[in-house]
Amino acid sequence: MYKLKNVTKQYPGKGRKVVALNDVTVDIPDGQMVAIQGPTGGGKSTLLQMLGALDRPSSGTIELEDSSLGQLGDTKLGAIRGKEIGFVFQNFNLIPTLTAQENVETALVPLGVSAAERKERAEKALASVGLAERGDHRPSELSGGQQQRVAIARAIVKEPAVLLADEPTGNLDEETRDEIMEVLEGLWRDRGLTLVIVTHDSAVARRAQRRLHIKQGKVKDLG
Amino acid sequence: MFGTYLRRELTGRRKQTIIIAIGMALAIALVIIVNSVAAGVKNAQAEVLKSVYGVGTDITVTKKVSALSSTGQSTAQAGQNGQGPRFDFGADAGTQTGDGSRTVDSSRLSVGMGTSTMSTSTLATVKKTDGVSAAAAVLSLENTSFKGTLPTFNRDQEGQRGQSDTTQQSSGGADGQGGSSFSVDSFSVMGITPGAKAVGPIASTALVEGRTLTANDEGKKVVVLDKSYAKSNSYAVGDTIKIGGKKFTIVGTVKSTGSDSTTASNAYIPLDVAQSLSDEKGKVSTIYVTASSSNDVDALKASLEKTLPKATVSTQSDLASSVSGSLGSASQLVSNLGTWLSIIVLAAAFLIAILFTISGVTRRTREFGTLKAIGWSNRRIVGQVAGESVVQGLIGGIAGIVIGVIGVFVVNVISPTLTGGVSSGGFGGALADGARRAFNGGSGSTTGAGGTGSGFAAGAPGGGSGFGQTARSAASSASTQIDLSAPITLWVIVIAVALAVLGGLLAGAIGGWRASRLRPAEALRSVQ
Ligand SMILES: Nc1ncnc2c1ncn2[C@@H]1O[C@H](COP(=O)(O)OP(=O)(O)OP(=O)(O)O)[C@@H](O)[C@H]1O
Ligand SMILES: [Mg+2]
Repeated sequence: MYKLKNVTKQYPGKGRKVVALNDVTVDIPDGQMVAIQGPTGGGKSTLLQMLGALDRPSSGTIELEDSSLGQLGDTKLGAIRGKEIGFVFQNFNLIPTLTAQENVETALVPLGVSAAERKERAEKALASVGLAERGDHRPSELSGGQQQRVAIARAIVKEPAVLLADEPTGNLDEETRDEIMEVLEGLWRDRGLTLVIVTHDSAVARRAQRRLHIKQGKVKDLG
Repeated sequence: MFGTYLRRELTGRRKQTIIIAIGMALAIALVIIVNSVAAGVKNAQAEVLKSVYGVGTDITVTKKVSALSSTGQSTAQAGQNGQGPRFDFGADAGTQTGDGSRTVDSSRLSVGMGTSTMSTSTLATVKKTDGVSAAAAVLSLENTSFKGTLPTFNRDQEGQRGQSDTTQQSSGGADGQGGSSFSVDSFSVMGITPGAKAVGPIASTALVEGRTLTANDEGKKVVVLDKSYAKSNSYAVGDTIKIGGKKFTIVGTVKSTGSDSTTASNAYIPLDVAQSLSDEKGKVSTIYVTASSSNDVDALKASLEKTLPKATVSTQSDLASSVSGSLGSASQLVSNLGTWLSIIVLAAAFLIAILFTISGVTRRTREFGTLKAIGWSNRRIVGQVAGESVVQGLIGGIAGIVIGVIGVFVVNVISPTLTGGVSSGGFGGALADGARRAFNGGSGSTTGAGGTGSGFAAGAPGGGSGFGQTARSAASSASTQIDLSAPITLWVIVIAVALAVLGGLLAGAIGGWRASRLRPAEALRSVQ
């Protein structure tokens, strides 16, 4: 359960400060699938950073379950990210020198999981996104859709409470986009995740339970 | 994961790994080669010093020579005072022959060029000084013999000789013109205390044939020859040799115990005989001192300098800098060029490693941002970056050790021969033994090793006998020749590895610091 209250995020810009989020108050209950839409520069990624404990708000409070993300230090935030939050990025952000299997395993490193268990869980995660056979491949040897599936496997292998995706289909063609959305929706449904997807794509947004629209840092709940 | 990630990065980004490793390898190889050659040169210098000053000699004491007296001019003065090699042929000297010329066969023993003598009592003073374990004195002499035919001079010319030696030379004809023909030969003679072998040049010799001088030889005309001098002049034990115009019996030959071919002097005779024949009664030229403890050499030097204000007191390390010849140049080259080159190349290698690591971290901004986003701690990421750099440095270091060892091996196979004498330059002519050795080694050429120039200049105004010093003394004590061998010590290897690790750590620390400052939110930046 996310509780955002009067969250403002300012970036120091040239001359004038950039207000990326302006007094945002919103709750996201556990297990909800939320789509965030809005024009470019509206503040979508900034909001996702706040939800993902990647950055702290300039003012206001963000609570995830019992933790107040705005108040915690870097180490604590890192621990929360490592345990509770899975990320999927527009550019997949796989580590190019590691194999698919190893990329997935990196998510288990902060949890102090043994090598054997890491291997087993990563294999399972890859299987759950339909890539059981591709564990030995490097990212460069995989298609865009396959790379994003590896990234999704990396995000869910630690069994997080929240899955955050920033334009996960932005770099994919339509067919692959549907494929990835199916994977994400399937995981959301099966695992009871809170799933927040930033997207430009109305087709993707329509699949969500709830849509938020952000423009110039202001959030409008479209229900 | 650390190991897997590390391995993947190093093999996956091979180009960067190879460039950093090559830079490091070259630097490390150079450090090893320079270090080994420097050690080799140092050993060679020690060899030269050992042969000249003897095993176990920590300090030498010589008479302090004023700045002037080491120049040719003042030595010439010495020559005129009868100290330099000088022949006075009276009108009736030699054997008058029928055609108006006369044959001369004269041999003269005198203190060599640039050598000053001091009283024997100095030895007693030295022996009494605290911290002296043993001391021995020698008198370094030069025997110059002149054999040939001279035209008869008229009295006028005779009279002028002292003042106007140029006239003398042109008429007398060093080149044999004007009806004269003669040969001049010189060799070094050292007066030693017979029977005392503990310290001094004789201490680093070994008997080849016959016997060494014993206490019984005091006052006797017996001589021990340097083996190679004896060989090149076809002397054998039992033969006689003329020294200072007197016949000496050759009782033995000695060779150097070091790696050089000759010993400190061509001939060794009892000290008292040397003193009386050279008119240097109660005088010695050099005192060799062994310190009680090798740690106290510097302190001993200081106290000797205090008790003997008129003497020059030199330690082995003072003397090391006086080694001349190609050995001296090699030492200079290694210590100057080699060291600077090593430092520059090492700095360049470190810089390359640092720059490549920084650029690597910059290129991997999103990668590290992503790892941070999924919960990797700063420490883990810094460790990863540092680990990569250290391993790159180590790979370079190991390659460098291999290249360096091969390089040193090549140096040892080529084994360049270095020639070393001990120049008197920096010591105001005090190191007369060395000067003479170097001089004789110059095979009569005026550009020979240290001291030649002054010897030549000195002789000429000394009364027409200057050529004595430039004689082609087929001679004998070539300046020490040493084949350079560069040792590789475990220390050099340890230092090399440490440097490689240091370079890697430095690059890793800087790169890691950069990585640690990346924000996890960088992961979300869409442009790379
Ligand atoms: N690190 C930063 N420093 C300064 N300004 C920033 C920073 N990150 C974002 N901004 C600014 O904050 C505003 C919101 O940016 P944000 O990335 O959240 O937009 P977005 O809705 O995700 O846009 P897009 O659809 O293009 O990804 C923009 O004006 C952007 O320039
Ligand atoms: Mg964005």
